[in-house]
Amino acid sequence: MELRSKIPSGPIESRWEKHRFDMNLVNPANKRKYTIIVVGTGLAGGAAAATLGELGYNVLCFTYHDSARRAHSIAAQGGINAAKNYQGDGDSIFRLFYDTVKGGDFRSRESNVYRLAEVSNEIIDQCVASGVPFARDYGGLLDNRSFGGAQVSRTFYARGQTGQQLLLGAYQSLMRQVHAGTVKLFTEHEMLDVILVDSVARGIVTRNLRTGEIQPWLGDAVALGTGGYSNVYYLSTNAMKCNATAAWRAYKRGAGFANPCFTQIHPTCIPVAGEYQSKLTLMSESLRNDGRIWVPVEPAETRPAGEIPEDERDYYLERMYPAFGNLVPRDLASRRAKDMCDQGKGVGETKLGVYLDFRDAINRLGKETIEARYGNLFEMYERITGENPYQVPMRIFPAPHYTMGGLWVDYNLMTNVPGLYAIGEANFSDHGANRLGASALMQGLADGYFVLPYTIGDWIGGERPTPVPEDHPDVTRTVDEVQTRVDRLLALDGKRTVDDIHRELGRIMWNECGMSRDAAGLEKAIERIPELREEFWENAAVVGSGDTINQVLERAGRVADFLELGELMCRDALAREESCGGHFRLEHQTPEGEAKRDDEDFQHVTVWEYKGDSTAPVEHREPLEFEYVPPTQRSYK
Amino acid sequence: MATSTMKLKLHVWRQESPSARGGFVTYEADANEHMSFLEMLDVLNESLESRGEEPIVFDHDCREGICGTCGMVINGRPHGPWERTTVCQLHMREYGDGDQIWIEPWRAKGFPVVKDLFVDRSAFDRILQSGGFISANSGGAPDANAIPVKHEAAEESMDAAACIGCGACVAACPNASAMLFTGAKIAHLNRLPQGQPERYDRALDMILQMEEEAFGSCTNHGACAEACPKGIELDVIAMLNRDYLAAVVKAG
Repeated sequence: MELRSKIPSGPIESRWEKHRFDMNLVNPANKRKYTIIVVGTGLAGGAAAATLGELGYNVLCFTYHDSARRAHSIAAQGGINAAKNYQGDGDSIFRLFYDTVKGGDFRSRESNVYRLAEVSNEIIDQCVASGVPFARDYGGLLDNRSFGGAQVSRTFYARGQTGQQLLLGAYQSLMRQVHAGTVKLFTEHEMLDVILVDSVARGIVTRNLRTGEIQPWLGDAVALGTGGYSNVYYLSTNAMKCNATAAWRAYKRGAGFANPCFTQIHPTCIPVAGEYQSKLTLMSESLRNDGRIWVPVEPAETRPAGEIPEDERDYYLERMYPAFGNLVPRDLASRRAKDMCDQGKGVGETKLGVYLDFRDAINRLGKETIEARYGNLFEMYERITGENPYQVPMRIFPAPHYTMGGLWVDYNLMTNVPGLYAIGEANFSDHGANRLGASALMQGLADGYFVLPYTIGDWIGGERPTPVPEDHPDVTRTVDEVQTRVDRLLALDGKRTVDDIHRELGRIMWNECGMSRDAAGLEKAIERIPELREEFWENAAVVGSGDTINQVLERAGRVADFLELGELMCRDALAREESCGGHFRLEHQTPEGEAKRDDEDFQHVTVWEYKGDSTAPVEHREPLEFEYVPPTQRSYK
Repeated sequence: MATSTMKLKLHVWRQESPSARGGFVTYEADANEHMSFLEMLDVLNESLESRGEEPIVFDHDCREGICGTCGMVINGRPHGPWERTTVCQLHMREYGDGDQIWIEPWRAKGFPVVKDLFVDRSAFDRILQSGGFISANSGGAPDANAIPVKHEAAEESMDAAACIGCGACVAACPNASAMLFTGAKIAHLNRLPQGQPERYDRALDMILQMEEEAFGSCTNHGACAEACPKGIELDVIAMLNRDYLAAVVKAG
């Protein structure tokens, strides 16, 4: 496997501009002769499909949802970062770049991150032009807030529904192109494979979720905007349908999978209530701006929160990180919450939770101010838990939320499979080992609106692909393989439900490859997961038929892929003998219990190459260089 | 504090295909007060699966009340008894031991049943395609602060933009009208300065498409706004009517 990152040379400030000039162009009149396949209609996929349509390409766009407006980008609450410096508080493109590289614990590519910071400003302009109702101050200008550990106010927001409004903006642009006929949209179509013709990505195979029809679609380039894989943990903040299948199929066709063990566990989620729990609900981390996190000093504490006196409370983040306090990055906040619960100081029925207390903020600012800032979140919390957070502190616990790992891509967002692109959370992305708050929306839209539409032209313009006949043997073979796999799933007539197997995988992943990892646990998981996979293929119960909506079959296919991906995540976590960002190896920590990076041996992207189901994957490395942000140990004290 | 459990009798609409005849099937279900309504159905479905029976088909995704995928009529009310709450956010502490619950799909000609509780809402997408956007190509947009937007206008636009496209408004309406949904998008965009250039064409085109779909007319019942999980208010329908009228007058 050859990993050519294609990073342009020259000063970082002008690399993207230079690269845009150096790339091949496709004549406007010729664009309609080329077909681009876009899978996924979240921020990255939706924005890319719409923009490629605007440019004049013939776009085929696919989603497994019933509408392009449902992708999980919609659930992002807090906001989107941009380096506008509208607040005049010292922000700049360089500062956003610097913060993102540092926040990612020096495991991302400087050039990509710089470009991300650079186009962040264009994103805000574009979103406003397309009607996103961002919050405004009384002079009519855009409002910003400080978010997720940033020391400047650079986060743009639309109440607690920023993801929804940005996604609707992209969806509306997409609908406009569907109306104009440049984009053909296929809803309720799930991508089950990539078609490679002579080792070049030329199409995909989908299953129509309503009729069961399995069908090939051919084109001149394929872009996957298919999201992340947090649902490998069974319980996560992702939507129920989020899955890794598209990315995993690409991996099995030769695309490298980068840093699969880099997952983000979000600190402010509502704790698990019972075995039947289907998903975890995130509470925006903007709550940490005013809420204070604490646990009782005594592990044996049984009093309700309100009766615990001040000197018997441990505001542990404020104590350990006086400079950042409750606003430390997500990985630290999560790990410390776990430590407190491991020490027996957890709160709530399950003892797996910590308090997020608004008492002092309400006393200082008044209930009305708190209601104006977080009213919808407080309502949501009360609906789920039945407790009123104006009166009693919230209980929160970390939950899997975002995956920084994903398909390896070069500077053009192309995987190592020619013609196959990965955008948004689906690629290994710009976030390194830890993503900062309000940066996922930024990256999804950057890739979709402002990067892929240019870089895909370089491929089309340089390669000038010619059409592939529908009966090409590589096409029919791939379709047959998909059909065989679906038939094999439908034939599973065992005793154990797909969800039950998924739950067990989730427990293994959470315990051994979650907030903290060690060699013994990871080795145990690498042994146990293949056994579980075997059990799945022998004893899973997949009821119903293939020619109608069959939600059990849909889930079975996704879980089968999670059962393979989970193992790769553990292998990656085991191979990375250091701690960085969200990847915390117990063997590698400072005396104070902070992550201890090993830049000498691990300042690289780990990229895994598939070598067959019964052969171990091969590890490759893309070295990372830091010319502009010298690696330091992150310190939030 | 012990968790309270309950036994329920569910009467669930089962329908094999769009053309098949559907009917209620009764199930016994166990639940506890901490479960969400959909988790109660998950548990029932898992028990059906392990007995080799086909589970109840219902669509859902984020389970946070924002994606708009879920929706069912519970004891006659779209999304169930809680105000401003999607069914995925409804929790079982609402119910008690021995309760009977009737669960049906959205009932509207514009939303044909696909299977069990899963309906086809593609008509909503087609209404949006006809004009629910601002024609601003990517790239070349002016600086975001170049056009100030009055705080109130941004807030009122956001009120309407909160629509999640779930279809509860149609399901609640005795005429199965889609005026609240269509009005919400018109109000979201037409309340903003960026939406002005296409304001009247938008209203005209979206309403023409709405009428092409199999939705009924609005007769001012207000059931839509009452059922809306996001609190979209009837004033969006007033705006729709005003802008439509102005568009017709302008078009001559």
